[in-house]
Amino acid sequence: MKVLVPVKRVVDYNVKVRVKADNSGVDIANVKMSMNPFCEIAVEEAVRLKEKGAATEIIAVSAGVAQCQETLRNAMAIGADRGILIETDVELQPLAVAKLLKAVVDREQPQLVILGKQAIDDDANQTGQMLAALLGWGQATFASKVEIEGNTAKVTCEVDGGLETISVKLPAIITTDLRLNEPRYATLPNIMKAKKKQLDTLKPADLGVDVTPRLTTLKVEEPPKRKGGVKVADVAALIDKLKNEAKVI
Amino acid sequence: MPYNAPLKEFQLLLETVAPIAELSKLEHFADATPDTVSAILDETSKFASEVLDPLNWPGDREGAKRHADNTVTTPKGFKEAYQGFKAMGGMGLPMPQEFGGMGLPRSVATLTDEMLHSSCMSFGLMPMLTQGAIEAVLLAGSDALKATFLEKMVAGEWAGTMNLTEPHAGSDLALVKTRADRIGDGTYKIFGTKIYITFGEHDWTKQIVHLVLARTPDAPEGVKGISLFVVPKMLVNKDGSLGERNDAYCVSIEHKLGIHASPTAVMQYGDNGGAVGYLVGEENRGLEYMFIMMNLARFGVGLQGIGIAERSYQRAVSYARDRVQSRDVGAPKNPSVPIIRHPDIRRLLLRMRSQTEAARALAMATAYAIDLAEAHPDPETRKANQAFVDLMIPVVKGWSTEMAQEVTSNGVQVHGGMGFVEETGAAQYYRDARITTIYEGTTAIQANDLIGRKMAREGGMTAKSLINAMRIFADSLDGQNNVHLKAAQQRLRAGIDAMARAVDFNLANFNTNVRACFAGSVPMVKLFGIVCGAWALTRVCVEAAQRSAANHPDKAFYDAKLATLRFYVDTMMPEAIAAADVIVNGAEGTLALEEAAF
Repeated sequence: MKVLVPVKRVVDYNVKVRVKADNSGVDIANVKMSMNPFCEIAVEEAVRLKEKGAATEIIAVSAGVAQCQETLRNAMAIGADRGILIETDVELQPLAVAKLLKAVVDREQPQLVILGKQAIDDDANQTGQMLAALLGWGQATFASKVEIEGNTAKVTCEVDGGLETISVKLPAIITTDLRLNEPRYATLPNIMKAKKKQLDTLKPADLGVDVTPRLTTLKVEEPPKRKGGVKVADVAALIDKLKNEAKVI
Repeated sequence: MPYNAPLKEFQLLLETVAPIAELSKLEHFADATPDTVSAILDETSKFASEVLDPLNWPGDREGAKRHADNTVTTPKGFKEAYQGFKAMGGMGLPMPQEFGGMGLPRSVATLTDEMLHSSCMSFGLMPMLTQGAIEAVLLAGSDALKATFLEKMVAGEWAGTMNLTEPHAGSDLALVKTRADRIGDGTYKIFGTKIYITFGEHDWTKQIVHLVLARTPDAPEGVKGISLFVVPKMLVNKDGSLGERNDAYCVSIEHKLGIHASPTAVMQYGDNGGAVGYLVGEENRGLEYMFIMMNLARFGVGLQGIGIAERSYQRAVSYARDRVQSRDVGAPKNPSVPIIRHPDIRRLLLRMRSQTEAARALAMATAYAIDLAEAHPDPETRKANQAFVDLMIPVVKGWSTEMAQEVTSNGVQVHGGMGFVEETGAAQYYRDARITTIYEGTTAIQANDLIGRKMAREGGMTAKSLINAMRIFADSLDGQNNVHLKAAQQRLRAGIDAMARAVDFNLANFNTNVRACFAGSVPMVKLFGIVCGAWALTRVCVEAAQRSAANHPDKAFYDAKLATLRFYVDTMMPEAIAAADVIVNGAEGTLALEEAAF
């Protein structure tokens, strides 16, 4: 079984991002970039499936700037067999990524696509679902446990207030939640070997996809700063403030 | 406050004093391309911050424990962390590919080692000693020894130790008494006691390969009669599996000032009939092999000094930003400020930061020379680099560990009363750092090596050519506009003059008044450290100035490098010049007091 794992290059989770002075977005020039943590979980799950004998080949795919190669090498160091970069400098939005991925799925014919449920930069949580719709495949989102049984995947999904276990027919889409697994550290020899694995580069045009953004960002702002507290004279004053100023009671 | 590896600085060093792109052009290091190296440093830093750093403090509290059946256990979590390190392939990083290693340059291993020591020095010791044992077998071991032991050790399956010291033979190894009897089949029976054996017994691996110095019965007296043996804890069967227990036991572990999680064993060999040992190389050449290998071990201890200094600095900065106390002396009417605003706290932090950065830059310049001495195609280049390495090893070891004493002590000072309380963690770095000026040769032993073997013996050739190279570098700064670089040029020149004066004094007096030279030997280590550190740091900062002037997106980082250099040359260089005065004029005072009057 071939498994496709899309991975996204994002600002490292340790970095405290700053809004650009012109409010057009956050400043990502020269900050540390890493693989989206949910994507790491997706790669790890694919590697575990391969180790169990359920998967035969893992293909990592990333869309974005040329430096996404590093992210793909990272995925290959964890255990992906080869990588595909869809290179573009255009800002990519979830629908464009889903269309690109559909084109890759059409070419590669995987039985399973495992994605992170969301990326920690835009927190959109859309790509996996859109891809399932474009392909007409079943989807199991927010997975915390995956078992492959013949032609179906039994997936435990994290839903509001509990867990829901569903069975989806392959080929299918799975999106990963935090508790699915704990990704391993890439071994140092595998980091070196990853350098020698196959990495193909395509352009969106090669896949016949128009990636022009459909949404416009009007303004990005820092969250409001916390205001200092005030001392109230007595309980009555407190109640009054809660009622009339904060309007919470 | 978790450990945060200074990856940006590492990157800058790999682009300046230890240019990895150049190294990867050599066939020997073809795999060490900048992007691969950067991925390796990233992954190691994650392991150091996420796995090792959280173990450091609890490991200090719990400590290693020996049990009645001669076994030793390390604190909770260490064994599992080692499994992770082994799985990552950490042990084989600088080891030859022939035995399963990755064959990466010392310039890379220097940075990965620093991260291990920063996050948990007690942990970092085990790979350091195992790699030392591997080097010894690589250097002089027979093919059979290599075939039996190396692959497993490089993979981290089997551990290694170095057994030199005995109760009566510390710095003076001529006094080694451990006996090695030939038993006719090419093997030996070893009898004796070895002390201070780091990781002499532990629960991380099933096999521990001890490298032991001992004498054969008819060996000449003194250092020329010492041989080196491999004495495995478990005998190895023909098929490579582990066989019977060898007669090598840990009979106790030490109660120490620091590095509590690292078991320091007393090893007893041969109490039950003799421990089986295998000769490494030839008889009576043990110390010679040991010294070649010891160069790397000494370099490694220097890195411990740098690593622990970095960690101590990071913790102190985080406390100084947080702790609000007193008003700004320049704005006494305003509310109280975090103590980092106070000029003296800045001074303490800058002494910590600038010495750590200078020592690191010098260690990396040395690591790069180690790599060129090993792998450069031109024999003359190899030879020149080896001479530089030999001169710098006692400096990197002696100075980096001595500065770590001051740095970790300042780390406590920044915390005030809370630094004296163990909970902040500042005191642990101070205690852990304390061993680094002692093991693998005390600072005085490094100093003897520097002024004697590395300087006087060759008429100061390497030292003089280094001084010359530094002068040429200082001249090359003429066209620089950056004010900090200009200041560095002036101070560096004064430092080089002081160094030349001290070297001349040593060479002129070594044969006629050797006690006077030795009285100033440790100041010589300090002088070399500060001046060569300034030279290395300035080389890094030439690039930093260029990037800053070009409005690099990371300008703030490069400006910080330059400001740190400025503090360093203004504050530390006078101490180097003072050290030269002590060397040239201080001997009489050191030697005047009657011994009985002490």
